[in-house]
Amino acid sequence: MSALLSYEAVSKRYGAREVLRGVSLEVLPGRSLVIIGTSGAGKSVTLRCGLGLERPDAGVVRFEGADLARESATARAARLGRMGMLFQGGALFDALPVWENVAFRPIHRGGVGRKAARELAIATLAKVNLAPSVADQLPSELSGGMQKRVAFARAIVDTPDLIFFDEPTTGLDPITADAVNRLIRTTVSSLGAAAVTITHDLASARFIGDEIALLHEGVIRWRGSPVDLDTTDEPHVRQFVAGLAEGPIRAAF
Amino acid sequence: MSGPAFASLLSPVRAVGAATLGLLRATGALAIFAAQALLAAVSPPWHARQILQQVVRIGFYSLPVVGVTAVFIGAALALNIYTGGARFNAESFVPNIVVLGITRELGPVFAGLMLAGRVSAGIAAELGAMRVSQQIDALYTLSVPAERYLVAPRVIAGVLVLPLLVLIADILGVMGGWLVATTALDFNGQVYLENTLSFVTAGDIISGLIKAAVFGFIITVMGCRLGLTAGGGAVGVGRSATLAVVSAAMLIFAANYLLTSLFVGIGL
Repeated sequence: MSALLSYEAVSKRYGAREVLRGVSLEVLPGRSLVIIGTSGAGKSVTLRCGLGLERPDAGVVRFEGADLARESATARAARLGRMGMLFQGGALFDALPVWENVAFRPIHRGGVGRKAARELAIATLAKVNLAPSVADQLPSELSGGMQKRVAFARAIVDTPDLIFFDEPTTGLDPITADAVNRLIRTTVSSLGAAAVTITHDLASARFIGDEIALLHEGVIRWRGSPVDLDTTDEPHVRQFVAGLAEGPIRAAF
Repeated sequence: MSGPAFASLLSPVRAVGAATLGLLRATGALAIFAAQALLAAVSPPWHARQILQQVVRIGFYSLPVVGVTAVFIGAALALNIYTGGARFNAESFVPNIVVLGITRELGPVFAGLMLAGRVSAGIAAELGAMRVSQQIDALYTLSVPAERYLVAPRVIAGVLVLPLLVLIADILGVMGGWLVATTALDFNGQVYLENTLSFVTAGDIISGLIKAAVFGFIITVMGCRLGLTAGGGAVGVGRSATLAVVSAAMLIFAANYLLTSLFVGIGL
């Protein structure tokens, strides 16, 4: 099976700081890859390169074999139409009601009237267990967990083939975090979509990942299944799983 | 001369060179952004709801501040011209010079400056907050370019609305002058207005409105540019808002001089 998204020896530098150093990864259709690592390991930049928000200094990121750096505006719009993204803070548009946030892409793509877009938004909100009454509220009127669900609904409204999750459980209480993890797993599975998640929440990584990669100082140090996470002898993984300050990974402060 | 001594001798030159290159880079980036904003504003698709929203925000909500400013500027101008004119028995020129000053210069410049403070800073703060909360990135992932959804509506609204505000400022500025002239300077109200209307030309008004459209472009482009490039959290957003006001005001003064030179040159 050919990769849906692939990173080929991707490097990225900001000034003197080399954030990614030859990262190579593949995401297969319908599979869930979770990238774990400490703060500053390069997880967010990896995700942004996968979306095309950042261009690598060296190496290539491909979606279905096509180089993201060489795509036309039309190809980019088509590719992004097949991708969904759940931002860490939700990144909901403050000025728009929930339903317009969810149906933002269909509305602006054209061909969908506002009434139909609203119905689509309400149907999508139901998939993330939110009542239709939420549709007319502003994002600021919702709790953090509800905002995450709305952002998730916006990410899946067009039934994407690939969904990116940026720290989906950060800032949530354990119960809400577990609910979000379950929602991600069941929804991604029911859509048949692939997923790329970055997190330092190991419980989340174990629950939603088919494969886990550990990124440290811009280098992929280890890849394996969630089960392998507890059996590997790789020192970075052992330290990360044990949550110890002593080891090859230095604390990020 | 030793190597380190020579290098230290060159360090001020290096600093000046780096600053010059930085300025050129920033100017180039701003010029490219302005061209992209203009292109996005004049080519479809247009986001009508966004444009309407910005027209209300930039235009309607700026009416009180522009109106009050215009009345007081007109009133102060009438007093100054009367005082100066009295030195060579030219007090009767008050209505002529007030209307000329207001329509060609003070109306557009003061309306521009007030909007630089109110609108440019507001745009920079709003877009800066959107930047740091990843809403700009979200727009990209939703295949809606920020320059079309955020920049173009603001630029269109600024270019359309500022001339309307200046037209209102012209009328209120003249009325401010009229009020002072008739209450404090013993002018006949009807004669004052007749002198004003007979003296002012379409060219005076049009030149002011053209300036206003250019200032509207400057105000909105500077707000958008500095908002979209804001970084560093709340401090960065605050810095962008301040810089938007200062840079928009400076560019308004520079553009005002250039446009005035142009209008004088072509006889407008």
